[in-house]
Amino acid sequence: MLSLLWLIPVLPLAGFLLLALCGGRLSRPHIAWVGCGSVGAAAVTTALVATDFFSVFPARESYQQTLWNWIDTSGMTVGISWYLDALSLLMVAVITGIGFLIHLYSAEYMAHDDGYARFFAYMNLFVAAMLTLVLADNLLLLYLGWEGVGLCSYLLIGFWYREPEYGRAAQKAFIVTRIGDTAFAIGLFILFTQFKTLSIQQVQSLATEAWPVGSNLAMIVAMLFLIGAVGKSAQLPLQVWLPDAMAGPTPVSALIHAATMVTAGVYLIARMHHLFEIAPMVQEVIAVLGLVTLLLAATSALVQQDIKRVLAYSTMSQIGYMFLALGVGAWSAALFHFLTHSCFKALLFLAAGSVIHSLHHEQNIFKMGGLRRHLPWTFWTFLIGAAAMSGVPLITSGFYSKDWILWSVWSSPLSHRWIWFGALLGAMLTGLYSFRLIFRVFFGEVRTQPTGESGLAMRLPLVVLAFLALTVGFLEMPHTLGNVTLFSHYLSHALPTTALLPGMDESSEAREQLAVTVAALLGIGLAALLFLPGSLFGARGTDQSTTHPSMTLLQGGWGFDQLYDRLFVRPWFAVTRNSSDMVDRGYEWLAVCAESCHGWLSHTQTGQVRWYAATIAVGTLMLLGLFAM
Amino acid sequence: MLSTPALVLAIILFGLGLIGLLSRRNILYMLLSLEIMLNAAALAFIAGGARWGQVDGEIMFLFILTLAAAEVSVALGIVLQLSHRFRTLDADAFCEMRG
Amino acid sequence: MEILFYIAAAVTVLATLRVITHVHAVHALLYLVVALIALSLIFYLFGAQFAAALEIIIYGGAIMVLFIFVVMLLGPLAVEQERTWFSLSAWVGPSILALVLLGEVGYLIASGDHPTMAVAEPRQKAISIALYGPYIIGVELASMLLLPGLIGAYHLGRRLSSEARSC
Repeated sequence: MLSLLWLIPVLPLAGFLLLALCGGRLSRPHIAWVGCGSVGAAAVTTALVATDFFSVFPARESYQQTLWNWIDTSGMTVGISWYLDALSLLMVAVITGIGFLIHLYSAEYMAHDDGYARFFAYMNLFVAAMLTLVLADNLLLLYLGWEGVGLCSYLLIGFWYREPEYGRAAQKAFIVTRIGDTAFAIGLFILFTQFKTLSIQQVQSLATEAWPVGSNLAMIVAMLFLIGAVGKSAQLPLQVWLPDAMAGPTPVSALIHAATMVTAGVYLIARMHHLFEIAPMVQEVIAVLGLVTLLLAATSALVQQDIKRVLAYSTMSQIGYMFLALGVGAWSAALFHFLTHSCFKALLFLAAGSVIHSLHHEQNIFKMGGLRRHLPWTFWTFLIGAAAMSGVPLITSGFYSKDWILWSVWSSPLSHRWIWFGALLGAMLTGLYSFRLIFRVFFGEVRTQPTGESGLAMRLPLVVLAFLALTVGFLEMPHTLGNVTLFSHYLSHALPTTALLPGMDESSEAREQLAVTVAALLGIGLAALLFLPGSLFGARGTDQSTTHPSMTLLQGGWGFDQLYDRLFVRPWFAVTRNSSDMVDRGYEWLAVCAESCHGWLSHTQTGQVRWYAATIAVGTLMLLGLFAM
Repeated sequence: MLSTPALVLAIILFGLGLIGLLSRRNILYMLLSLEIMLNAAALAFIAGGARWGQVDGEIMFLFILTLAAAEVSVALGIVLQLSHRFRTLDADAFCEMRG
Repeated sequence: MEILFYIAAAVTVLATLRVITHVHAVHALLYLVVALIALSLIFYLFGAQFAAALEIIIYGGAIMVLFIFVVMLLGPLAVEQERTWFSLSAWVGPSILALVLLGEVGYLIASGDHPTMAVAEPRQKAISIALYGPYIIGVELASMLLLPGLIGAYHLGRRLSSEARSC
């Protein structure tokens, strides 16, 4: 069964090829069957592979499968080869499982769209590329998947390409992530020139041998990889593309820009953790970047008017938590948060999509309200998602993952106290903005009349994801609460366990958890106070079209767009549009020169065969004379 | 042996062919001149092969023969086309590709 | 032997001169045929009987026939030359030169002095072996050249006939 591993990425790829080549001739139900079926089959294959993998799991930690040699030149051999271990199996399970649910959802959500086949073709291609990324045995194959998901992200953000605005958003996402990808590629080159191999396992073992902790090359490579990860995962300073990426259809936002692709950076750092461990300074940078991103994004999420932009900023914020965990060396905690985040964020996006669907594509939360009674399924699932995101204690998965991260931040030797306080503030803000959404959208009076609850294909994924969002957290429970260590035990075969500071016992853990709980509940309570209609300040908060400068600053995501515009775009245009610079003169001179030479030479083109024959003869004579000399 | 006179003969024939190619305006004569030049080259190869007692000269002759056959079949087709279009065989009249 | 070569060479040069200087296409062609026959005699003198035979069969036969066909097809363009085509004087020059060649061949047969007849047999074999051994790429290229030649000629001829029909 384990040898079926190659099928997992191939199935969605086959679905893509089928839809791309003859999608126009298939009927809509057939397209939906192919699109969902290929991903569903991949999910089933994953389950089969996983059972086989677990049957001998602790004894055998990884499984490698080489299909064929992709590139084989002297000094460089790159294979199409898959590498399955605890980490990649987790990623594959999330991608195929949640991917399948989202495909199922889109079968109804996109039912009336003209580009039905195109949509499913892109989605299948994305799943294939993402699986290539996480299953790759070498960095080049990983890079192939990395670029593949970037391409699909571009295609799907600009899916409704008739709107120029959406096309621009797609280009922005593509170009901004390109900066990170370029850095990643340079890091890859450096690794190859140093070690003459691209296999992830070999490179890391060679690097830990060859480079001492904190050596310059390790720092540079880790930094370049970090820039790549930051670009893909929408962290500071390359985060500006994610809010605009919400131009794509909502299932796309759920799959690509919440559950899977944006966490590719987290996966990359976790996969290359040996490299980051010998670059402790870069790890610190990761932690600080994660913290700053999560705070900036959380404050921006507080004031957004578009429901999807709120969720986009919340995604940035939650990935900030993952980066924070990676930065303090809590690899498993980051991956656990990735798992719970994929469940509840996909759920939130899909529920938001359900809201948007029933409100005729209205996305402004100030035009929503009172949907609680009209959309009960959506309301309860959205509520579960928001509760999980804000970390309502004991019953939601988000609590366990976030608590684990905060406990790691508190107790890790790599961390500082102020980072923990920042993260705690973030936890409170998370509760605030999540429940602001709930109170705005589902409470109060009805502002836009909804068309009613959506069908089964959309409700089923919501229910399944809501169930997951509640229960996934029970895979790992802290010492003070049940002490379940299934997840950390499982991942300890792929990732190192977190080092703790001495003197961290259960009582300090309990105190820390209490702080997290209080922060989350405080955020929710504050939201109820501020935004719940009928509460103390709730009535006043309806009119948010304020033009206060601080509000516009926050709504624009702390003005990074304007900053980059001033810093890079405008100077660049100023340089390129300067009509009197020397470089342009040089090229113009070249053009004039070529034109005059061409005019001169064109006189020889008389169109007369005899003239050509004569020139050939003369040329031959001259050549012969040259040789004779 | 006779290889030097044969090469001289080949040069003379080649020169005559070239003169014909450059001096005649009738496209049919130009093709005939080309045939003469090809034959001159073939003669040089044959003479060379005989001089060294190798078969390569004759093999090159075979190739030249093939080339000439292909060239003549296409060229005569073009001549027919041109005469049909322009109602003349004057090579200088076919100068639509003047730069 | 040598005198035979010089005579044949003189015939070739004279015939070629007439080819490039003659005004009538058919006359020029006749002279060219004579030049080719003289050349084939020279080939024979160099011991390349196979090449000599091919020179006469393919050049003197097939290719020249192609030329003559085309000259015939171009009839309307050469209509003013029609009258002179069958005049006696046109035949005199080529006939004289051909007679010279005939004399040479007769002499060769009569003297029984066949230059390299003894080694002729293995020579053909050596040519074939070389052709399909080291020169196999050349043979392939030649076949690749002939095929477009065939298609090109067919295409050019077909367009002519279809245009002629549409006119």
